[in-house]
Amino acid sequence: MKAGAFDYVRPQSVAEAIELRSQSGRDSQFMAGGQSLVAMMNLRVAQPELVIDIGRLPELRAVSETADEVSLGSCVTHAAVEDGQVPDPSRGLMAKVAAGLAYRAIRTRGTLGGSLALSDPAAEWPTVLSALDAKVVLRGPKGERIVPCAEFTTGTYETKLAPDEILGSIRIPKLSAAARSGYLKFCRKSGEFASSMAVVVLDPQRGAARAVLGAANGAPLLLGRTSEALLAGRANAESLTGAIAADLDAAAAARRFDEFQRDLHAIIALRAALQVLA
Amino acid sequence: MTQVRLTVNGKPVADDVPARLSLADFLRERRNLTGTHLGCEHGVCGACTVLVDGEPARACLMLAVACEGRDVRTIEGLENDKIVAALRQAFKEHHGLQCGFCTPAMLITARDLISRKRAGSDGEIRKGLSGNICRCTGYTNIVTAVGHAAKAVASGGGE
Repeated sequence: MKAGAFDYVRPQSVAEAIELRSQSGRDSQFMAGGQSLVAMMNLRVAQPELVIDIGRLPELRAVSETADEVSLGSCVTHAAVEDGQVPDPSRGLMAKVAAGLAYRAIRTRGTLGGSLALSDPAAEWPTVLSALDAKVVLRGPKGERIVPCAEFTTGTYETKLAPDEILGSIRIPKLSAAARSGYLKFCRKSGEFASSMAVVVLDPQRGAARAVLGAANGAPLLLGRTSEALLAGRANAESLTGAIAADLDAAAAARRFDEFQRDLHAIIALRAALQVLA
Repeated sequence: MTQVRLTVNGKPVADDVPARLSLADFLRERRNLTGTHLGCEHGVCGACTVLVDGEPARACLMLAVACEGRDVRTIEGLENDKIVAALRQAFKEHHGLQCGFCTPAMLITARDLISRKRAGSDGEIRKGLSGNICRCTGYTNIVTAVGHAAKAVASGGGE
């Protein structure tokens, strides 16, 4: 299908974009790369009256780096991450994730911030950036606030982004030289949204271990016992299997996994965790 | 209506378009460039893939109005492209198409794979083409054709 009628505006600054969103009094949507929004508009799942195109704002494409972290503007594309056009805090993890995200013709236009702001449960970045302990910088009429990615996504397509806020940038801590990561996505056909996805980051130098499950019927799910087992340093396939089972049991009531999902999540989480130990 | 100015196949173009007009419909209905096909209109089938500023993009997921200042190239504008010429020859020799609906976008996607050196093995080609659906061939002949075109390009048959 084709999108219904709407108005389109391309503001020249983030401040103007925020003003348009809060002042227009109409049902509006920010459009970054448009790779989910336009698809949803074509399917008439989304029918905004006003589309505010923020995709080209230089402020949202800015990239910077300090000794401890990398800041990526929300409109940095998946392809830019895949191709190493922006600094990599993750020692290859983010490029690997980007290379398997949808298809190249989507990656050239789709953005990190758009993926986070939509927070599809099966999308890569909410889960990966949560595992990397990244933070998002949200800009609104009253200034900016910083929210950890692990708290930003609150449910299926639900986030802490207020209606008049824009996702400005993502701050990602740099992994230390000894850090290890594991990533595995399961889908029936390459490029599809995941049926299960697990990201495991172990950085003993920074005292950090995070195992996070995606496509888990809601927000990315932190596997707490699994993370602790990895950080304790004596994890093996057997102890990880037990820790993952306990984590999934603890989440079972809230996430309503069916038998297939539970088995799939267990094996995907285990294989991602074993990549860290390999 | 909003005026949009862009370059299509090397020629500057200006037109007044409604915001809801996709780049694909703009190309097909305003420019009569019907080599850009529309299958699913939600980014899954890949038939509308064109080059925007040199990179492959889904023309069904781009608004024409958002293409202000962009350089768009469709299959019609790749007539003299050396990699596409090698692909055309290989698709012909290896029977890489039946009905032809997916073919323009297959060529554009395969050209991008070859130019980024991502067509080195059947597995790599299959992964690279996974966003372009063909309902006739079963893909085998397409993958073979792209592999041959990649070799032809690497050995000087292309760019």
